[in-house]
Amino acid sequence: MEAVYRTCAQTGLKVHNHAERLIRANAVAGVVSILFGGIAAVLVLLTRWPAVHLLDPASFYRALTFHGINMLIFWIIFFEIAVLYFAGPIVLGSRLAWPRIGWVSFVLMVAGTLLINIAILQGKADVMFTSYAPMQAASYFYLGWILFAVGALVAVCNFFASLVVAKAERTYTGSIPLVTFGAATAGIIAVVTLAHGAIIYIPTWLWSLGIIEKIDPGIYRLIWWGLGHSSQQINVTAMVSIWYLLATLTVGATPINEKVCRSAFLLYILFINLASAHHLLVDPQLSPAWKIWNTSYGMYLAVLASMIHGMTVPASVEVAQRKKGLTKGLFEWLAKAPWGNPGFAALALSLSLFGFIGGITGVTFGAEQINIISHNTLRITGHFHATVVAGTTIAFMGLTYYVVPLIFRRHLISTKLATAQIYLFGIGMTIFIGGMTTAGSYAIPRRHWDVQFATSLFQPPVEAAAFAFLGIMGVGGLFALAGGALYVLITVGSVLFGRRVPDTPGAVPLAAMPQDKGQHVPIKGTTVLVLVFLASFIIYYFLNWKWLAAIWIVK
Amino acid sequence: MSLQTLQGVWWKKVDASEKMWIGIALVWCLILFAMMPLWHLKGGQNPSFETYRTTPEQFLKKVEAFVAAGPKAGEEKGLPVIAPDPKTEVYMLGRLWQWYPTLKLKKGETYRLHLSSMDLVHGFSLFPLNLNFMVLPGYEYVLTITPTTTGEVFVVCNEFCGIGHHQMVGKITVE
Repeated sequence: MEAVYRTCAQTGLKVHNHAERLIRANAVAGVVSILFGGIAAVLVLLTRWPAVHLLDPASFYRALTFHGINMLIFWIIFFEIAVLYFAGPIVLGSRLAWPRIGWVSFVLMVAGTLLINIAILQGKADVMFTSYAPMQAASYFYLGWILFAVGALVAVCNFFASLVVAKAERTYTGSIPLVTFGAATAGIIAVVTLAHGAIIYIPTWLWSLGIIEKIDPGIYRLIWWGLGHSSQQINVTAMVSIWYLLATLTVGATPINEKVCRSAFLLYILFINLASAHHLLVDPQLSPAWKIWNTSYGMYLAVLASMIHGMTVPASVEVAQRKKGLTKGLFEWLAKAPWGNPGFAALALSLSLFGFIGGITGVTFGAEQINIISHNTLRITGHFHATVVAGTTIAFMGLTYYVVPLIFRRHLISTKLATAQIYLFGIGMTIFIGGMTTAGSYAIPRRHWDVQFATSLFQPPVEAAAFAFLGIMGVGGLFALAGGALYVLITVGSVLFGRRVPDTPGAVPLAAMPQDKGQHVPIKGTTVLVLVFLASFIIYYFLNWKWLAAIWIVK
Repeated sequence: MSLQTLQGVWWKKVDASEKMWIGIALVWCLILFAMMPLWHLKGGQNPSFETYRTTPEQFLKKVEAFVAAGPKAGEEKGLPVIAPDPKTEVYMLGRLWQWYPTLKLKKGETYRLHLSSMDLVHGFSLFPLNLNFMVLPGYEYVLTITPTTTGEVFVVCNEFCGIGHHQMVGKITVE
């Protein structure tokens, strides 16, 4: 396959045609997946909302399975592969190592997606995202997972091979940029994750064919979460890389200390995957020592990494803004930030919602004992909507509004609408998450068709407050769904009908780098923000221990 | 900027305010870590690690023996209500889509509650108390519990176990 390059008039980057086409293909597959997952989300939301309670049980469980897999796996991983192809070959001005294999991996992933979705829609795989053995789906459902995982694994290897090619062919000198470094971190975590997927789904597939007699449910859960949770750690890492990227694109930020940022990424590689233990804390098969070490990501060193990024990203924005002369008081730099730019709006919402809600609830619910009052309730689903949706998805949405003009080379049909979309989605998700998480603290279970228990053997009384919070969840969810639909409309509309971006510099507005005069720039505003974060964290964390102490004694 | 390669020596000294934050964050991480072992020593709520290998057949036999031994305190919705003596072994099994049997316990007394599943993975969730544990087939999980409230609590299955999952609600009464 012949390699053709163009030089991007906006960024000056050298763009390999196959890398660009693969980015487009994966981004399109990602957006189609979020559309599928979003349609299912409408049905799930309107059933979970007791006042509406739309679907019958079978359809609800089917829609929930479909929603979970399309959102948590297909949307996210297709988009991440697109990010890898950008952060590797394009940022380094190199070629994609294996264009043909790139397409093979894409076809494998699409084939896996189709098999899985067909199995679910045919009602042959009403097994939820987790498909816990010994619950069994049709064998082609598992085959779909294997094809998808292998395809994604090959794509990640293609990214690594491109790093090697760039180095060997000297398309750059010095050390790779931070965005590439972060993407490589995500790639390493992805290899570990996808290998778990293959390790668990190959025997499970053989079991579904009758070749293996039994899958131990305890071992299944242990290995499966090496896929299920770790795949969300790829998201965290990719999202943090995108934060740095968006900070550069929107305000011209430079990481304040590369050593600190890169060391924090290194901590992710070493520790973040241990957190798959979060799902196993109230399981019978694992010891407290195992649970405590793993659930704490090795003494919370991956949390330390996130807390570092949580400071260095806003600090880089503050420094860039102050260098532009926005030096008044603590927060002029923030008040006069480009809030009307969808990329910046996405950065600000993703960072704060991920940190304040997703991060704090995740670490708190992941404490071994606090998990007793959280496990499998709506607290958990509330938590991961804050990380994966309000965090990762908003970051991806913000980046999309750069991918469309720079990679698809079409102007957005409306930048104002794109900015409004980010706020609508972010605010809707915040309300949704607040309602859902709080309903969960009344023990409202996740993955449950009817929390009014109308058809169950006994009818436990449900507190009115719990219903009120489920109603808040419903209203917030509607806003978020409108925001999600708008995202798909703007993206598809711009790619199909947007004006072509001319090959003249400045056609896509990118932030200029402020001049570095070598002076020391204080980060007082960021320091205040992170201390407010820490205070919220401490309060929420210890409140949960207090709530835990109020339940029955159990050991 | 985050898209540029770095040339020469880029590992600069860390700024004082950054250092301070990293230090504070590290201390907080260590506190987070210390809380869990501390709660094992001082706290009243800790996940048990008393687990035995079993099979659905073996566990069913134990549950049937437990129900037969009683003392039986009536029947509710077709399920026996067992009021075991404090400090004894108490059994409950999960199966599609029922928790069996129902129990009558005494506040402030301690029981050893054995849990297992006859078929799929189930979630043992005391509702609305909000106390949650997993119940796996092949594993006999022993929770040593002491009810501290009176009244009815319900055992909601909170792990998806098929089309009748939402019907799976059991009951424990505490006097």
